[in-house]
Amino acid sequence: MNTTRTGWLLALAALVCAAFVLLGLCIGSAGFENTVGSLWGVHTGDMERAMARQIVWDIRLPRTIGALAAGALLGLAGALAQGLFRNPLADPYLLGSASGASLGVALALASMSSLGAGMVGGSMMSEGGVAVSVFSGSVWVRLGLTGAAFAGAVLAVMLTLSLARGVQHTLRLLLAGVIVGVVLGAVTSLVLLFSPDSLQAMQSFLLGSTSFIGWTSCLLMAAVWLVCVVAAWTLARVLDGLSLGEATAQSLGLHIGPLRAALVAVLALATGTAVAQTGLIAFVGLAAPHLVRALVKVPHRQLMWLASAMGAVLLGGADLLARWLIAPQELPVGVLTAVLGGLYLLWLMHRGGGALGGRTA
Amino acid sequence: MTRCYPFRLAVVAALAIAVLASTAQAVQVTDDQGTTLSLPKSPQRIVSLLPSLTETVCALGQCQRLVGVDRYSNFPESVKKLPQVGGGMDPNIEAIVALHPDVVLAALSSRSATRLVALGIPVFALEPKTHADVQRAITKLAQLLEVNDGQKLWREIDAGVTAAAQSIPPKVRGTRIYFEVNRGPFGAGEASFIGETLTRLGVKNILPAKLGPFPQINPELVVRENPDLIMVGQANLEGMEQRPGWSNIRAIREHHVCVFSSDQSDVLVRPGPRLADSARIMAQCLSDKAPPAKGVAP
Repeated sequence: MNTTRTGWLLALAALVCAAFVLLGLCIGSAGFENTVGSLWGVHTGDMERAMARQIVWDIRLPRTIGALAAGALLGLAGALAQGLFRNPLADPYLLGSASGASLGVALALASMSSLGAGMVGGSMMSEGGVAVSVFSGSVWVRLGLTGAAFAGAVLAVMLTLSLARGVQHTLRLLLAGVIVGVVLGAVTSLVLLFSPDSLQAMQSFLLGSTSFIGWTSCLLMAAVWLVCVVAAWTLARVLDGLSLGEATAQSLGLHIGPLRAALVAVLALATGTAVAQTGLIAFVGLAAPHLVRALVKVPHRQLMWLASAMGAVLLGGADLLARWLIAPQELPVGVLTAVLGGLYLLWLMHRGGGALGGRTA
Repeated sequence: MTRCYPFRLAVVAALAIAVLASTAQAVQVTDDQGTTLSLPKSPQRIVSLLPSLTETVCALGQCQRLVGVDRYSNFPESVKKLPQVGGGMDPNIEAIVALHPDVVLAALSSRSATRLVALGIPVFALEPKTHADVQRAITKLAQLLEVNDGQKLWREIDAGVTAAAQSIPPKVRGTRIYFEVNRGPFGAGEASFIGETLTRLGVKNILPAKLGPFPQINPELVVRENPDLIMVGQANLEGMEQRPGWSNIRAIREHHVCVFSSDQSDVLVRPGPRLADSARIMAQCLSDKAPPAKGVAP
């Protein structure tokens, strides 16, 4: 019964995603426009057609698909985190990857804008917020912002794991993640205090942005998602076992240790990839699994696919609205995901009563 | 008791005369917040919490009155030797109080004002954001410092901007510019003071005034508008060509990109008395890098 429902839901999500891709081709800096007309239209000149083609194929298409892929990664990571920690409040950023990525980006921005004169130089945010300076040869600069974010995320997760001495104890892992998050967050604030030029750029990272996704990052995220979802799908049985308690899981003959380590690795990879390409997009990872659970009760194997699909729909929709609502300006996509996901979740709670009462699986 | 009455009256009258006499000499100036500041005499010990206000005080020839500055004030050279009292957003109240300033110059947005006023230190809040604001800040500071050079200073700045505009070859006029402020991407629109300078220089900003001074734009807009020239700071240059579709923008394809050093950008981003210098820097960039306008033979 549930399997059929899962199938229908996946088909529906695919349909919505396809609609988003089509819409995404038509929504951009001019608001909604019929680009299909100017792409193949006979009334348009060559120059105009070339421009339209570039905007649609090189900018809007990868951006739209990339937003879907990033959403899928976050939804998957959220389902993994909530399953691993057996906690409905767990989100993908729990292992410290978000704060690690932020610190990486802050360091990269600071070294891009700081001169030999050090941290005193620079300009004032309140004076127009311009960050302009000379390169320093720092390793963070060479990594680029994406590389710095990914490196930061991976290093932070490794720090969390080493503080928790492995993945054996869920509670210790959770605590270590929270501690790493708080400490790295504080260091990030410190770096930014001494590099006020970077504040605005940093803020756009913290709010998340889909506006610079090109084909490379789009394909990268899609590939990583494919690897992660297949890995999670094959390993998900251990999460069902864990939801019955660790002792029961062991008595079922599951090798919890290695399986859990593998799932943590998948979680870190999925989160790190999404964060590096799009910044800290709020709420998708937390909300997507809950939204799925409100619609259908499924084992974790199916939840992995459904949460991915739900994340993709959520972020895809937010991306469209972000560039549409006040075009040619942009709203931060993370603000929209939080508002959309939050309102929907509230509505479900209000309507469903007990359905979202805190059951975790 | 009653016999003292005439004496008391005399004392009160004398006091009243003294007060009246002193207010006649006192300085009264209203700041951007609408607070009227009354000081017994023009302030001699000044702490500035905003680099552009520091520069304005010095441009009025009163640098010697500064006793402390925020950590971002770095021009002119002499202010680097002054005690630093934190940043505009996170000033060190204790350090400011210890300097016994007659007045503290701060941005409207500074959180410190309420606290300082409560501690008995007058705060003069100014928020220069546009050319007109700069002119007003100069006028008000000149009143506060009781110097007569305010109008003269502004006329010099204004003449400097005009001279910079005249130094640009005519073929460059009408060049379409994108000025990237930050990799959000935030751009400088026509409504910003940077945009105002660009307009004075006779070039066309691709971000119209209706978008506000520093809008966060959809990067696709820049591809679509296809500017002839891009102005950007060194810190934001990295990765610009790799943004989706950007390698085909005329300015990037034909290498019409002005990259500003850190010192230059300090000048460019501060709405202060160095507006003319900033106009000169942008004019130089235009003369060096701008392609000949479309339809005009090179």
